[in-house]
Amino acid sequence: MATTAWNQQWLEQLRQTRVWRSIFRRGPARTNRTRSLAIFGNLALHVLPVKVREKSLSIRATYYLGSISFFLFVVLTITGILLMFYYHPAVPDAYRDMKDLIYVVSNGVFLRNLHRLAAQAMVVAVFWHMFHVFYRGGYKPPHEFNWVIGVGLLLVTLFLSYTGYLLPWDQLAFWAITVGTNIISYVPGLGRPIRFLLLGGHIIGQNALLRFYVLHCVILPLVAVALIAWHFWRIQKDGGLTVRDDHE
Amino acid sequence: MSDEPTAPGKPEEKNAVSRRDFLNEIAGGALTIAGLGAAVVTVKYASPNVLFEPPTTFRAGSPDDYPVNSVTYLQDQQLYIVRTDKGMWALSVVCTHLGCITQWKPESDQIACPCHGSKFQRTGTVQAGPAPRPLQRFSLVLGEDGSLVVDKLEIVKETEILKV
Repeated sequence: MATTAWNQQWLEQLRQTRVWRSIFRRGPARTNRTRSLAIFGNLALHVLPVKVREKSLSIRATYYLGSISFFLFVVLTITGILLMFYYHPAVPDAYRDMKDLIYVVSNGVFLRNLHRLAAQAMVVAVFWHMFHVFYRGGYKPPHEFNWVIGVGLLLVTLFLSYTGYLLPWDQLAFWAITVGTNIISYVPGLGRPIRFLLLGGHIIGQNALLRFYVLHCVILPLVAVALIAWHFWRIQKDGGLTVRDDHE
Repeated sequence: MSDEPTAPGKPEEKNAVSRRDFLNEIAGGALTIAGLGAAVVTVKYASPNVLFEPPTTFRAGSPDDYPVNSVTYLQDQQLYIVRTDKGMWALSVVCTHLGCITQWKPESDQIACPCHGSKFQRTGTVQAGPAPRPLQRFSLVLGEDGSLVVDKLEIVKETEILKV
């Protein structure tokens, strides 16, 4: 395999360059030690376990439901940012912008539907992940606190779904938020003030749309990213995934 | 308390608060107060003082516009003006179940909600369905010029009737 040899030689030369060595301090991952160091020394990967049991990588161990949820979150972030280029969170514009995305903007309908469907899929994946972890006993020590973080992530996912629901500013959105915020107002004592703060008024109008937009595009995604990082890091600190020993 | 004299510059008691602990507690307390203050200020900031919403008080015409034994739907204001031989009252059209808009059904003498089938009498009392409470009754008074004045922010008891 002459090409492979050539590729390796070229890669080897690249690794010797000063620029490469300034970025990757550790050198090639050829031994277990340098492989571990490659994970430790990487900003994105260091929250992940350095070593995993082979069993925990099998499909039946997790069905990759957590990874699927995270992948969908990445898809939603990318498509969401792209949708923000055409969407104004203002009362006459929001509905028209949504219609423009469907009928006027090139590939707008694709991005919008990708965002919608990925959002629905993420809710399904997160619930499925929760049930799977529950039935595998993943909430038991030493994973009990990661279960708590997971419940937080489930709630953030549902809030993201709910705040995104208002943004098209159509009849479905308006009435869904009417019903939802009326449910909130039944909370004893605090319900009405919370509804007032959430809507920025007594009715679902411009203030409510802007507030839901900021929650949906900034605040809740930041909370989600922080909780996701914590959730992944805890897997490592709690000694890896829950894998049944009697499995297969 | 021991009577032995202590050397100057040394702590008088073994369990006395050290300077470090004292300063740490002061700093921690100050940060807690500042954090709580920031939270209160933020909640205050998020609560609008001026709302650009339709006014909640309005004039609903003269009582003579509403015949006795009638339920009138005011679409712009989303309420019913009910008049019987006992008097008048103003009911919200918003269903107390989940906030759908109800409809007056003269043929069955009921106010009905299309969403989940709640039914109300013209007094606002729940007759059937999942609605947990009677329809909200708004304050209805006679203004100085003799016209009806409704305040949709002021909810009154279900027994309050304007005698005309």
